[in-house]
Amino acid sequence: MSDPDSVISVRGLRMSYGELEAVRGIDLEVRRGEVFAFLGPNGAGKTTTVEILEGYRRRSGGEVAVLGEDPQHAGRAWRERIGIVLQSCRLDPYLTVRESLALYAGYYRAPRPIEETIELVGLGGKADERTSRLSGGQQRRLDVGMALIGDPELLFLDEPTTGFDPSARRQAWEAIAGLRELGKTVFLTTHYMDEAQYLADRVTIVVGGEIVARGTPEDLGDRESRPAKISYREDGREVELETTDPVRALNELTGKALAEGRELEGLEVTRPSLEDVYLELTGQP
Amino acid sequence: MSLVLHQFRYDQKAFWRNPASVFFTVAFPVILLLIFATVFGDQTVDVAGGVKTTTYYVPAIIVLSVISATMQSLAMSLVIAREDGRLKRGRGTPMPAWVFIAGRVGNSIVVALLMLVLIAALGRVAYSVPVPWSRLPEIVAVLVVGAAAFCCLGIALTAAIPSQDAAAPIVNALLLPLYFLSGVFIPDDQLPSGVIHFADAFPVRHFFEAFFEAYVPGGAGLEWGNLAAVAAWGVAGLLLAARYFRWTPRSG
Repeated sequence: MSDPDSVISVRGLRMSYGELEAVRGIDLEVRRGEVFAFLGPNGAGKTTTVEILEGYRRRSGGEVAVLGEDPQHAGRAWRERIGIVLQSCRLDPYLTVRESLALYAGYYRAPRPIEETIELVGLGGKADERTSRLSGGQQRRLDVGMALIGDPELLFLDEPTTGFDPSARRQAWEAIAGLRELGKTVFLTTHYMDEAQYLADRVTIVVGGEIVARGTPEDLGDRESRPAKISYREDGREVELETTDPVRALNELTGKALAEGRELEGLEVTRPSLEDVYLELTGQP
Repeated sequence: MSLVLHQFRYDQKAFWRNPASVFFTVAFPVILLLIFATVFGDQTVDVAGGVKTTTYYVPAIIVLSVISATMQSLAMSLVIAREDGRLKRGRGTPMPAWVFIAGRVGNSIVVALLMLVLIAALGRVAYSVPVPWSRLPEIVAVLVVGAAAFCCLGIALTAAIPSQDAAAPIVNALLLPLYFLSGVFIPDDQLPSGVIHFADAFPVRHFFEAFFEAYVPGGAGLEWGNLAAVAAWGVAGLLLAARYFRWTPRSG
């Protein structure tokens, strides 16, 4: 690896299942210490891609380096350095929180302290509770704890909050946001735009196995340079204007209204939200 | 090796806390022995020169317990763990795959040995069935070979089980008829010879014969032929398992 700060580097990744091309030439670069969101609708090729990066799946083509190694051939030493939270994985219902972490800690050469990890994922009061008695959000926190127990440099989270109610999502998010403070690199796949917005430093949107946009949550899809929408009511009619120069347009509009002594009821200036951009890019209604 | 012990410890914890596994593996064989002894208690079975029914059923139920602790318990718990995604998650850690399997197999064999002690003790105390101390090495040898073979068969069988719901029906559909046909539930002398010939094609009958002859007073002791047949089934299971065992869920 030429760049020591590169944690994941992918060039021209392809994956086919028979006739179906699930991933069609993806390039990715993830740098040390960032939370990277891989965002896309269901069936976009997210899980296929993350499973290739995790070493679960062989690829059809392209180059992949994760922590400087090809996951397809990486061994135990490489697995010591990564942590994985699977999309759907139930915990052993007959073990407690502490036991689940202790079991996994035993798999690693230099695990994190168990009690500290329990506190880190906010399960301090639940250490001796069987995992079957935890709520969905608490179980996900334990998932994150089990992925962290080996003190990995890189963490994969595959759709960590799919199917969660709002409070469970919030709990899971807090646990994930805490990872940044530990200096971990996080590769997050999600189909929730707000999740990417809340958690990620950088977002890449994938649709139909291809990348359609990348950037920070703020400037994704050139949101800043898109036309703004000005709307108001006049004589009971809704009026909508689109403009790339809202400052000038607004000045003219309000100047004219003031001069003519008219009201501009319900005057509003809006930018396309990240959600608008996402829905437009993913071709969803 | 310490990693295997680590895995084994937690497999033991999970096993003893699971009411279903404790009931079917530990309590159910005990109940069966009590039922058989109560129903057919005072009769004689015309094998090994004529033995009391209870003397017949103690080794028979030990055989059932061993198969239940190994093949049945492993096939079910591995399918559940596979479909839960727990096997896949384990593969994402530095723990080698064989450690995981070794922990589970060790768990099964320890439970099988425990059932030997439990059923033998129950037979001795409740029904005065003698414990053949002089042949203890042979008994343990047959039991361990059988337990290992049925572990391999259980692991191989998971490949044919598509979901958690299908696990119990498939395992029972295979084993229950074989228990009946192999002399485990119905004494040998009441089975038509055609049935026994048919059962000879499967491992349950061979394991039963090998164990029975080692355990029962006046039995032939170590029967290499039957033991070899059990071991051959185990090797076949091992090869199938190595080829077809999967770590990722079938569903989704």
